[in-house]
Amino acid sequence: MIQVSGLTKKFGAHISLDNVSCEFNKNESIALMGANGAGKTTLIRSILGYYHPDSGEVLINGLNTIKERVKVLENISFVPQLPPPIKLSLDELMQYISVSAKVERDLILHYANDMKLDVTANLNKSFFKLSGGMKQKMLIAISLAKKSNIIIYDEPTANLDPKARDDFYRLLKQNEDEKVLLFVTHRLEEIKDLVNRQIYMDLGKIVSDEKI
Amino acid sequence: MKNLYLIAYLDLKESIRAKWFLVYSLVFGGLIALFFIAGVTESQVMGFSGLSRLLLMYIQITIVILPIFILITTVRSISGDRDNHILEYMLSFPISLKQYYWGKIIGRFITVYLPVLFAMIIAVVYGFFKGAIIPWSIFFLYTGLLFSLSSAFLGIAFFISSFVKSSEVALGIAFFIWIFLLAFIDIALISLMLQHRLNEELIIFIAMINPMELFRVAAISLFDPELTVMGPVAFYILDLMSQSLFVLLSIAYPLIVGLFFALLGFKIFQKKDLV
Repeated sequence: MIQVSGLTKKFGAHISLDNVSCEFNKNESIALMGANGAGKTTLIRSILGYYHPDSGEVLINGLNTIKERVKVLENISFVPQLPPPIKLSLDELMQYISVSAKVERDLILHYANDMKLDVTANLNKSFFKLSGGMKQKMLIAISLAKKSNIIIYDEPTANLDPKARDDFYRLLKQNEDEKVLLFVTHRLEEIKDLVNRQIYMDLGKIVSDEKI
Repeated sequence: MKNLYLIAYLDLKESIRAKWFLVYSLVFGGLIALFFIAGVTESQVMGFSGLSRLLLMYIQITIVILPIFILITTVRSISGDRDNHILEYMLSFPISLKQYYWGKIIGRFITVYLPVLFAMIIAVVYGFFKGAIIPWSIFFLYTGLLFSLSSAFLGIAFFISSFVKSSEVALGIAFFIWIFLLAFIDIALISLMLQHRLNEELIIFIAMINPMELFRVAAISLFDPELTVMGPVAFYILDLMSQSLFVLLSIAYPLIVGLFFALLGFKIFQKKDLV
């Protein structure tokens, strides 16, 4: 599903990804770990087609993530580590997502409800005015409603309380079939029951790749 | 196309809610109100009176504040979104870069142009009820001139926004461009002319490639087709082309400048890392 071949990304003199090659296939839940600056975020941003690599490429279902980014992104859900300060109201944000990614609005409301987030009471509120936990719940609800084959989470539970974390993991369990789940995390114990593969990165390279 | 309109629509809605838009609208609307209160329409300077005089004053002030307003409010649109990771999230959905970039430009253009236009419409409507003669030709040509001036600075702002890494740098560059073009109008050119006795045609050419200067001369030419208030400079311009051709050029040239920079900005946006 995701094929990373000889990927190198430099920022000035700093090599963030150093000739990284790996594959992620259907029904894999991967924990991507490593110290700060190991290259985890650069790798997921490359998968999302944000970076122009210095060499190598990322293919998703055979499509190049830079050249075919719109088609590629139809199959990806992404939740960043920190919710961005989007000034759109929740209503407008859902409009953006339902028009651009053909996501059913009711489905977002459904998953938000499952995450104990009352969207209808906050429809006209700006996204950035929500609390950290509420923002994260909204982004998680959107990621699940999008029904993508690939779900990428960058420390998704950082702002969630223990109850919300349980809700999140329960929903993920229900929605993980036939998908690639990629978690960037520092807390493996939290997602141990969900993942079946662990990758450690250091200094821009994959130093360990184990199936559990 | 629907994604393009979606981006434009959402950007427009977001901008209208922003505090800067309120200040921006109040400044231009307030200017017109201030002119009426101050009795500008009743005064006469160099033969200009009534609404023509008011519009002339409006345009003279607009030329200074419109570019800086457009630059500082727009220059952070892409760079700001990149800076605070909004771009990272919003572009994780299947929206093409073309739709995102041009949608933002359309939305922002409507936001910056409408208050300026509405202020002029208010002036005309108020003047009409006060029994003033409406200078329609001047009104429509000013509308066109403002449209093209807005396009020029919007294009430049998006160009800057496409390559700068942080909002602070974007603001700095925007301010520099504004002061550079503004200073070019009088200080630099006259100093050059006086100090180095440069070829007058070259100085006038340099002045005319500056969209702010071109806008200013075109605005004057509507009241004073012979450009007598400008002195000998008029000779060079009107010797080269007719007044109507000059006005057409004054509308077309800033539009082309704006489009050129907007396109250049888009190419950079496409080629650069998105976050």
